[in-house]
Amino acid sequence: MNVTLKILRYNPEKDEKGHYETYSVEAEPTDRLLDLLEEIKGHQDGTLTFRRSCAHGVCGSDAMRINGSNKLACQVLIKNVGAKITIEPLLGLKVVKDLIVDMEPFFDNYKKVLPHLINESALPADGKERIQSQKERARFDDTTKCIMCAACTTSCPSFWGNDDFLGPAALVSAHRFVFDSRDEGASERLEVLSETFGVARCHTAFNCTSACPRDIKITQAIGELKMAMVTGKLD
Amino acid sequence: MDNVHQFEVIVVGAGGAGLMAGLYASKIAKTAVISKLYPTRSHTGAAQGGISAALGNYEEDNPDWHVYDTVKGSDYLGDQDAIEFMCHEAIQAVYELEHMGLPFDRTPEGRIAQRPFGGHTNNKTGKAVRRACHAADRTGHMILQTLYQQCLKNKVNFYDEFQVLDILIEDGKTVGVVGVELATGELHTFHAKSVIIATGGHGRVWEITSNAYAYTGDGAAIVSRHGIPLEDMEFFQFHPTGIYKMGILITEGVRGEGGVLLNNEGTRFMETYAPTVKDLASRDVVSRAMYLEMRAGRGIDGNRYCYLDVTPATVNKYAEIDGRTNPDGSPYVVTGEQILSKIPDIVDFSRTYLGVDPITQPMPVQPTAHYAMGGIPTNKSGEVVIDDKNTVFPGLFAAGEAACVSVHGANRLGTNSLLDIVVFGKHAGIRAAEFAQGADYVALPADPTDFSRQQVDRLKNGSGKENAFDIGKEMKAVMFDEVGVYRTEEGIQKAVEKLTELQERFKGVKVQDTGKIFNTELLNTWELGNLLDMAEITAAAALNRKESRGGHARDDYPERDDKNWLKHSLAWKKDGKIKLGYKPVVLTKFKPKKRVY
Repeated sequence: MNVTLKILRYNPEKDEKGHYETYSVEAEPTDRLLDLLEEIKGHQDGTLTFRRSCAHGVCGSDAMRINGSNKLACQVLIKNVGAKITIEPLLGLKVVKDLIVDMEPFFDNYKKVLPHLINESALPADGKERIQSQKERARFDDTTKCIMCAACTTSCPSFWGNDDFLGPAALVSAHRFVFDSRDEGASERLEVLSETFGVARCHTAFNCTSACPRDIKITQAIGELKMAMVTGKLD
Repeated sequence: MDNVHQFEVIVVGAGGAGLMAGLYASKIAKTAVISKLYPTRSHTGAAQGGISAALGNYEEDNPDWHVYDTVKGSDYLGDQDAIEFMCHEAIQAVYELEHMGLPFDRTPEGRIAQRPFGGHTNNKTGKAVRRACHAADRTGHMILQTLYQQCLKNKVNFYDEFQVLDILIEDGKTVGVVGVELATGELHTFHAKSVIIATGGHGRVWEITSNAYAYTGDGAAIVSRHGIPLEDMEFFQFHPTGIYKMGILITEGVRGEGGVLLNNEGTRFMETYAPTVKDLASRDVVSRAMYLEMRAGRGIDGNRYCYLDVTPATVNKYAEIDGRTNPDGSPYVVTGEQILSKIPDIVDFSRTYLGVDPITQPMPVQPTAHYAMGGIPTNKSGEVVIDDKNTVFPGLFAAGEAACVSVHGANRLGTNSLLDIVVFGKHAGIRAAEFAQGADYVALPADPTDFSRQQVDRLKNGSGKENAFDIGKEMKAVMFDEVGVYRTEEGIQKAVEKLTELQERFKGVKVQDTGKIFNTELLNTWELGNLLDMAEITAAAALNRKESRGGHARDDYPERDDKNWLKHSLAWKKDGKIKLGYKPVVLTKFKPKKRVY
């Protein structure tokens, strides 16, 4: 089948502002959108610029706006998006070139939530693993899946409005540790989240949850963080 | 000079090996980690099924069994001293990951959960043993995340999205590296005492691969250009179960949970090829069995794929036939929900890319290029060794898939790659930092970025009559057809000639993008040059080795030949020609014997 891709281009070394360019590609319905971008770059226009690596939805490199929704280009099959596709860079982060946005503010927010296990207690005397029940492990399973692709954060109206807001992805990382029974840093972490640009900025638009390529229930996770802050309990 | 940085230790690559090396080196010496990707994008994150350690959380296990299984899996080409070291370190390594916060799945007692995996056995019964410590089917993702988090906590310096183009060597000593900052196109010189190469493998040489686009053999290609040999490059693993046509990995954990491979007659053919462990034989054995089935016309609908069936009805049927039991002795019976909870990502991949729901339908799979057993030769401390006497190259280290210790020999066991990166990443980091503490900086060359500029300029100033994308496609096709699971003299010779032609045509490539900011076309084209080098060395080493061993199966030399070929190969590329040599295999406890599963 023949597919038309309309791509928002911007090269800071040449362009004053962004403009759309249109490409036509022969494709199989089962091709990934990423395959088509590679084909365009390889045969039509080497200057088309995007990030990618694993090509099957686990590394988080190729999040972009596809027909208006944030998705990973390697997770989208042509048969599911049709023969006319519009591709634009993520919103809310500065466009560096074509589909590449500046990820630094995103990772800076991640670092703010103390994304590592905090536990100063003595390790088991036998040197073996800490004991964690299956139920305790299941409590935070959903938020361990995050690949930091930024699809959620850049779909969030509160983040567009103010990029000091930590954003859903950073909150997901906070959740992963706050609800880990081995972690002792909840109060420290919740303090970060209670600051002006923490969880209070989430207005439950649910955009993040629909954007997540890992199907993490992000709005629910943020709700659980809010509840923990109010009640002081980590149920 | 602008853009010159000085660190005692430079780590190139930020997957599991690079992060572990960076974490440990930075405790001792001033260290930076340079990566062409954001660290969390590294290919370690794609590893699924588990990391092996003889914890014995469900049943009796023993690190010495792990040693024997790994030696046997390597088809006796692995160095046994290094394998002993790795398998005994494994236990503490896994506990250390848990202490760092890695969210392993748990047993009912709250200990680290373990599952069976190919080639890992109880040495008394010969049956599969639960040794693979897992976090669902995203164990690599969890390792990558946890190590990155620990690096952030410990304030390791990172240069993200910097592509290293060259290593600096003066008078036989390591002096640093040169890299390009992708965001600006500026070259940066990193002056160092120790350099650790942890850049991963080169599976993108082949058409059907489970590997990321980033897996282009950069580190191995870079050091090879400076006269460092590469070891055992003819040994590349084809994982039996890649998604048909796409190559996306379907973990061996699926078979660990009871999934079986079926041919077009609905027969579980692995019974014929590996009567004891069946579907959980080593990967090389299973991939060859699939090829033989397909050659005999028993691929599904006559095509080049088989079915991997993990539907509860099939799993339970064969579990009963095999007499498989749970740890408490009760019969092993699964429901669809349990399958989903054990392999959620696999279910997702299958639904997304195949439109197949593995809870109710079998998945079409074919062998997929997966893992480089060969690479930059090192000893157990990660020091690069450059000849048959294991002479250490001062200040140069390698770890992970880029390296060849050799613990995997001719065929790696599943789960031993994650173990390799954690154990040898750590020791390379420690040794590199110790070396740096006892050494002075060697002065940088007068023009450190000279060779990097030459390489880049060549790609900008070619004639432009050749297309890089097509050259890449032709390389992948010939390597998959002729230097794949089964090989012949004639086929490999054809590949060698094709690669010579492609190397020549590569000189006629010219990139369209002349900009500096994120010139990914330039980067991809430079990576293709690395892939061509990896392909050429692989084909030359494969042509040379006239026997079948592990991942290197020759139709024309079907038997292993210990008399002539129980030795590692070394390959040097110089002036466009490849020179081959050898070095002995370290044997300690285990004498080579016939390999039966």
